[in-house]
Amino acid sequence: MLPLILFYVFSSVLVLAALAVIVARNPVYCALSLVLCFLTSAAIWLLIEAEFLAIVLVLVYVGAVMVLFLFVVMMLDINLEELRSGFTRFAWLGWITAGVIVFEIVGVVWWKRLGGLGVDVSRGAAAPVPPGSSNTQELGALLYSKYAYPFEIAAMLLLVAIVAAISLTLRHRQGLKLQDVNRQTSAQARDRVRLVKMGSEQRE
Amino acid sequence: MITLAHLLTLSGILFALSVAGIFLNRKNVLLLLMCIELLLLAANFNFVAFSRYLGQLDGQIFVFFVLTVAAAESAIGLAILVVLFRERRTINVEELNRLQG
Repeated sequence: MLPLILFYVFSSVLVLAALAVIVARNPVYCALSLVLCFLTSAAIWLLIEAEFLAIVLVLVYVGAVMVLFLFVVMMLDINLEELRSGFTRFAWLGWITAGVIVFEIVGVVWWKRLGGLGVDVSRGAAAPVPPGSSNTQELGALLYSKYAYPFEIAAMLLLVAIVAAISLTLRHRQGLKLQDVNRQTSAQARDRVRLVKMGSEQRE
Repeated sequence: MITLAHLLTLSGILFALSVAGIFLNRKNVLLLLMCIELLLLAANFNFVAFSRYLGQLDGQIFVFFVLTVAAAESAIGLAILVVLFRERRTINVEELNRLQG
């Protein structure tokens, strides 16, 4: 019973925070509400025993991605009034779309029971996790054997993303006095010092 | 007992809210990126729920990959946003018409 109560508490917090993300006036509040969304999602994932992913969600999203978002929000000097103008112009369309999506998904899940897929949605978890087993260990065993190749592709993707992000934002400013190592090391003595032979001169 | 239906409904509501957010904040690229993050979170919820309730861990591995791709996407998206703001001094979607699309 307690997990269900906790689930309802967390999911109501999650839905309210998601609402705050989409309607808040200030982008900083949006980003902070999104942080709250990720934290409550991590709590729900802990409740359904996906411990590793819950920790990764907090570390990667709250620790890295949202900090990046907050940096960008605070760095850009954007004119909020202009961006907020016409906020309600297509709002009705958005709410109708949201209502239709919720209606369809809830309809499929609660009334159709996903019978065609052979999934009974009203049941609990497949098997209780045996005491002493580690979610992280099992995920690692799977990740480094069956999914080793996709794992390496993901690593490559992150590398490409790093290179892309850095090369996009790297700025070459004019008039900077930077040292050119190539020119420095290829400099030779005869380029710098010129010895001139000349006879001695008499004072007038 | 938390059933699969609970989690699927929650992720459906989350997904619908982020789609509504894309409609509402259609001028602000920054908020569009945030809504996409929320959308990916809703999709991840389905992966985790089915992985747990079918007793297979493969779904959780996929969430791991989705997290990787989402992190790369938001990093590059924000980099493009910063460059865009430096060039045009605006992040309003309606004024981004340089490609004449």
